[in-house]
Amino acid sequence: MSDSPSATFLPEHPAVTDWVNDFDHTDPVWTEDPFPIWEELRAASPVVHTERFLGCYMPTTYQAVKEIAYDTEHFSSRRVIVRDVRAEITARAPPITSDPPEHKPAKQVLLPPFTPDAMKRLEPRVRAICNELIDEFIADGGCDAAARYTKHIPVRAIAHMLGIPEKDGDLFIRWIHQILELGIKDDNELMSGVREMTGYFMAHLEQRKQQPGDDLISQLLQAKGPGGQPLSDEHILGSLRLLLIAGIDTTWSAIGSSLWHLARTPADRERLVAEPALIPTAIEEFLRAYSPVTMAREVMKETTISGCPVKSGNMVLLSFPAANRDPTMFPDADKVVIDRKENRHAAFGLGIHRCVGSNLARMEMLVAIEEWLKRIPDFRLDPAGKVTWSEGTVRGPRQLPVLFGKSA
Amino acid sequence: MSKLRIRVDQDKCQGHARCKSLAPELFELDEYGNAHHVGDGSVPAGLEDKAWLAQTNCPEIAIDVTEE
Repeated sequence: MSDSPSATFLPEHPAVTDWVNDFDHTDPVWTEDPFPIWEELRAASPVVHTERFLGCYMPTTYQAVKEIAYDTEHFSSRRVIVRDVRAEITARAPPITSDPPEHKPAKQVLLPPFTPDAMKRLEPRVRAICNELIDEFIADGGCDAAARYTKHIPVRAIAHMLGIPEKDGDLFIRWIHQILELGIKDDNELMSGVREMTGYFMAHLEQRKQQPGDDLISQLLQAKGPGGQPLSDEHILGSLRLLLIAGIDTTWSAIGSSLWHLARTPADRERLVAEPALIPTAIEEFLRAYSPVTMAREVMKETTISGCPVKSGNMVLLSFPAANRDPTMFPDADKVVIDRKENRHAAFGLGIHRCVGSNLARMEMLVAIEEWLKRIPDFRLDPAGKVTWSEGTVRGPRQLPVLFGKSA
Repeated sequence: MSKLRIRVDQDKCQGHARCKSLAPELFELDEYGNAHHVGDGSVPAGLEDKAWLAQTNCPEIAIDVTEE
């Protein structure tokens, strides 16, 4: 589209013809269906490399992913998105961008608000959010489940936790799109998203200093960092940036992939409707098979991973989703087995950077699927519509057109 | 069935909380969400399957189950 100004500035990546030596996680083929690609890469080597993104490795096995996740000496988290550029590190988001020894104290302050017990207190609000959304479209006979349902649940839940208006969710969605999708190839979009988000939270921070509440922003203002000092404004803003960036399109994607699977797998859907007690187990399997989040590391010191040499200066695409499809770790790894009993999946990471919001994500997924199945037990993909998937390091359906009721 | 004892390795636990979700009778979480075995870690009769279920679902392999 030549009349779109952004198209002029987005450098297009050449299409991939050799996945093993020239992979690209932003290629449309990867976006549409990455699973056969990961299989090909895994068959070639436990670690593959591309010259794109100024040099980037990708571990392809569960074992190689685990080695890197546990090795904070050779692999830094200071950059957690693989991009075309290595921009100067300005907008930190502790603890996800922190390495030891700074990591632990930054994480400790965020853990208590996200325990399973804390999530239980939030659960009734999330259940209400889901039903308010369903009320808006249930009479229509169908909907785009991504645009009308999955997209709004995590945004509203996080807004509720932070004590900010749930209607500001649309702003958050725009910033996240700028940072996580457009920002991979366009620095201006990234910086503009970060700047607007920081300004927004700065205003809320100042307001909480005048009038503290019981929301998460107020809790962070009262929290003590290492040495008993209050956290700096910059630290709090960084952590709020993290909660928004990490807590929204990730869970939106996870709920969307789960509904996508259920829309096209009547046997699984009927079983979960008949046996709702199985839903938590099924959620773990959806997390394994359709893990939304790929992280990144930067190689700081030369080392070997699963026998493969890795050199400093390169990035690492830390694909927990590919690890979770490794057949040496998971029997029938390419099948979705909703009652899988042994499931050590790494959808929320491994080691010290375990997702701080994993309990929130699990609760949102559980409630979103439970409430949907209670009210819309029968649904299927709309053959006249098209399912589209997000590009980049968070994968999930961005359009999910479904029809309600049994097919004729 | 022989008597089982469980132990959570605090150096390995990262607070995924899978054990608490699968076997709430056997595990408790601290204020940071990290897991600890309840009491002295001995598994009451009838809960053996839950102990193994928790062990086989811990992503960090932080739970030891020993038979006494």
